[in-house]
Amino acid sequence: METLGRAFTDALELLWNMDSTLLEIVGLTLQVTLVALAIALLLGIPIGAAIGLSRRLPGRAFLVPLIYTGMGLPPVVVGLFTYLLLSNQGPIGGLGWLFTPAGMIMAQTIIAFPLVLGLTMAAVQSVDPDLPIQMRALGATRRQVALTTLVESRIGVTAAVVAAYGSIISEVGAVMLVGGNIEGETRVLTTAIVLETRKGNFALALALGIILLGLAFMTNLVFHRLQVRQGGP
Amino acid sequence: MAERPCVMMVCHYAERTLMRPLILMVVFVAMLTSACSGDDTSEYEVLRLATTTSTNDSGLLDTILPGFEAAFKSRVDVVAVGTGQAIELGKAGDADVILVHSRAREDAFVADGHGTARYDVMYNDFVAVGPVGDPAAIAGTPLASDAFTTVAAVELTFASRGDDSGTHSKELSIWESAGIVPDPNSAWYKSLGQGMGATLNYSNEVGAYTLTDRGTFLSQNESLTELQVMVGGASIDENVDPVLLNPYGVIPVNPDKGNINSELADQFVVWITSLETQEKIGDYGVDTFDQPLFYPDSEAWRSR
Repeated sequence: METLGRAFTDALELLWNMDSTLLEIVGLTLQVTLVALAIALLLGIPIGAAIGLSRRLPGRAFLVPLIYTGMGLPPVVVGLFTYLLLSNQGPIGGLGWLFTPAGMIMAQTIIAFPLVLGLTMAAVQSVDPDLPIQMRALGATRRQVALTTLVESRIGVTAAVVAAYGSIISEVGAVMLVGGNIEGETRVLTTAIVLETRKGNFALALALGIILLGLAFMTNLVFHRLQVRQGGP
Repeated sequence: MAERPCVMMVCHYAERTLMRPLILMVVFVAMLTSACSGDDTSEYEVLRLATTTSTNDSGLLDTILPGFEAAFKSRVDVVAVGTGQAIELGKAGDADVILVHSRAREDAFVADGHGTARYDVMYNDFVAVGPVGDPAAIAGTPLASDAFTTVAAVELTFASRGDDSGTHSKELSIWESAGIVPDPNSAWYKSLGQGMGATLNYSNEVGAYTLTDRGTFLSQNESLTELQVMVGGASIDENVDPVLLNPYGVIPVNPDKGNINSELADQFVVWITSLETQEKIGDYGVDTFDQPLFYPDSEAWRSR
């Protein structure tokens, strides 16, 4: 209990002081997460919508379970895979992305992409199947049908964004392996929490955890405002 | 009234679609729970050992602990963490005994009343390693502090554990004796905040210098193709820097903390310092690395 109590006062103190080291860690956390999320959204939403709309796609019986499996990719495995790709001996080691934020973004994009893909697909599928048929009958192009269906399923798509964001901002295994938790370069909130726990600084670790939760909450407030504006719950 | 059958149908439908999976899930969870409780620990006593990653990652504990478990009808739960956290676990009473390597902090732990006494167990040594090409030209430097001074002067990449571990404390004390305060925000000094294995992998990838215990370096040697020993020689006999000696101590946690299995902890201390166990410690690794990873050093061993 003593540790828990001290953690809260420590967290407040950390927030109050906002020293440059903490700012750097928070900044990098947001940068890596948001860039990875953006790439995952740009790829995942169109492809997810396309798969959701093509109900007679050949190989669908295989593809959909594959996507669902991808939604549960273990982050450490993604980290290991990315590490081996980016290592000096790896096929794209020449990029020099190992132990850099670029490598961390790559790993997190791989984690977020199937989530966005699968949840967008499910959201699009939950729209009345007659809608695309009626729109086609009224002379809409494929693109117009896809866009309208996406707009109709916007609440589900926003949920996809929230789920992907939540999973990568709280992820530690992949960023630890690929980033290396280097102070001032690749240290993010989750890896800092692991480090401080290992050092036995439980209060500081918990304080960083509180900051991480606060950060997630603030971003989700923004997402929710968007959802409400669209007529969501 | 006409709607009533319809409502019934909806209920029936909901029952069919929801209840069955629900019942299946409850049965499944119940089965799993009973499977877990089948692991009956009542006849075993449990010893919670907090230790450093080096004793565990090197495979030493896996080799010697079964002997203790069999002799004392017990189970040892090993928590392998940095020395900093191992000591914190002891302070919080979350471990019965600690096996660590940071002499100053071990003595403070006992002096502050967290442990009953510290006993010598074994030692090995630290070595400074670096990229095979050795751009700082420090290979063969006898003293670690001189080698560190050169690395800092030419600003070649140095990877620090940065995790408050025993190895990290040792590295910091070497910098201190060299009169250098490395800045983690400088381009050449990288503070990783990770374990020894991860730090060695990093150094191997980017061509960095680092300080490591010889045991971990040897056990990972096969994958560390870009690294070689710079200070400390090929074996502990060639290591002329006394600063690089790395002694391990065992400390039973003070039973006043409550819920401490101090009887078993004391038996563990007697067991690990006994001649028989010490011999096993000295033999470990000889087959694989042509040299021991740890050298026995208990009082019983020294006065044999």
